[in-house]
Amino acid sequence: MKKNFRIWAVLFWLLVWQLGSMAIGSEILLVSPLRVIQTLADMIRQMIFWRSVCFSFIRVFGGFLLGTALGCLLAVLSSRFQVVRELLSPLVLTVRTVPVASFIILALIWFSSKNLSVLISFLMVLPILYTGVLTGIRERDRELLEMARVFHVRPWRKLLMIDIPEVYPYFHSACRTALGLSWKSGIAAEVIGMPKGSIGEHLQQAKVYLDTPTLFAWTVVIVLISLLCERLVLHGMDQGMKMLRRWKG
Amino acid sequence: MKDLIIRDLCKTYNGKTVLDRLNLTIPAGKTTAILAPSGYGKTTLLRCLMGLETADSGTIEGLEGIRVSVVFQEDRLLEGFGAEANIRLCSPEASGEQVREGLRAFSLGDAEGKPVSAFSGGMKRRVSLLRALMAPYDLLLLDEPFHGLDEELREQIMEETNRRSHGKTVVLVTHDPYEAERMQAVQTVHLESLVQEQRK
Repeated sequence: MKKNFRIWAVLFWLLVWQLGSMAIGSEILLVSPLRVIQTLADMIRQMIFWRSVCFSFIRVFGGFLLGTALGCLLAVLSSRFQVVRELLSPLVLTVRTVPVASFIILALIWFSSKNLSVLISFLMVLPILYTGVLTGIRERDRELLEMARVFHVRPWRKLLMIDIPEVYPYFHSACRTALGLSWKSGIAAEVIGMPKGSIGEHLQQAKVYLDTPTLFAWTVVIVLISLLCERLVLHGMDQGMKMLRRWKG
Repeated sequence: MKDLIIRDLCKTYNGKTVLDRLNLTIPAGKTTAILAPSGYGKTTLLRCLMGLETADSGTIEGLEGIRVSVVFQEDRLLEGFGAEANIRLCSPEASGEQVREGLRAFSLGDAEGKPVSAFSGGMKRRVSLLRALMAPYDLLLLDEPFHGLDEELREQIMEETNRRSHGKTVVLVTHDPYEAERMQAVQTVHLESLVQEQRK
């Protein structure tokens, strides 16, 4: 796994943060990193913390999976049928450009807040995967496709050995973008909708009570889950591709 | 398979005539060599024979229901897969032993297990040629198949290609008359003079 940052750089910015909070001298305005770690240590000992993490994880990740599955399916259909592409084009543009807050408020009017983050995460992921996979399908190497046509390569072999490897870089890149966005939008939806027992509800309560240490601690938790999720999913996908290449030769 | 009879074949790209009323008979079961400098429509002719291009006018008789195999001007290999997988993609009926024997005959025995992306240009060319030879076919189209091979290896590969394609209909496109001779071409078509004659 490629390292995106050096540990000394992280320590440097933590030190700046610590010095900044000491200089300000107000925990409400800027809490120190040591206090955040202490709050986090207290939080993880409580069952409600793990329940909230599971609650939000299942919904946000569920929305990501649904958006990915439907995005891929629609991209395949669009690549085959022009009418589907033309039909979906304004819809995808709308979903991409409408502010996430508008969707959240609309969804709150129409549905209950319990599964709000599933819907919002799904809506944010869908156009990214759709556009990425559709671009990948259209950018497949024409020379390889011609070769497969002349040799009458069997459809399943073509799918496994030409189509999937050719589209994979686009799919990978779309998933990377979509994963980060699904967490940001999913938690934002929870903060506004405040479904009971979610991470978003804790964030909102921390805001109401000006509990900055808890607010920072939950933010750290969200960042860690999001990063972990991204690493695991992308690593799993890369391993899957390696297995396919080993299996087929 | 019957002879392939090309009659008055015309093909124009962006206003430029590439094939102009080409007439040619390709005898079945023999090798025909086509020689011409670049820009005289060699590759276009092969693409018409493969069914990848439709001629503007004219006909090709004898293509119905036949299996075509090809070495393209570019290698067109799956870079992330090994030599064996590339060959098996086009010849799923070939046994593992047949593929390995082919790889050894083309001096690719030590390439097993490595992805094609790690191969040299000459190795990729040999994989591309072996893939075409191992696929089931009635008509074999070779577009500069020995390009990029060193002298000694070229002799060996030409010999092996000749042996494996014996009795089949082969169209060899090349710049080199020696390759036509080594492939025992029964006719050598100089596309350049054919085109100029037809333009008169």
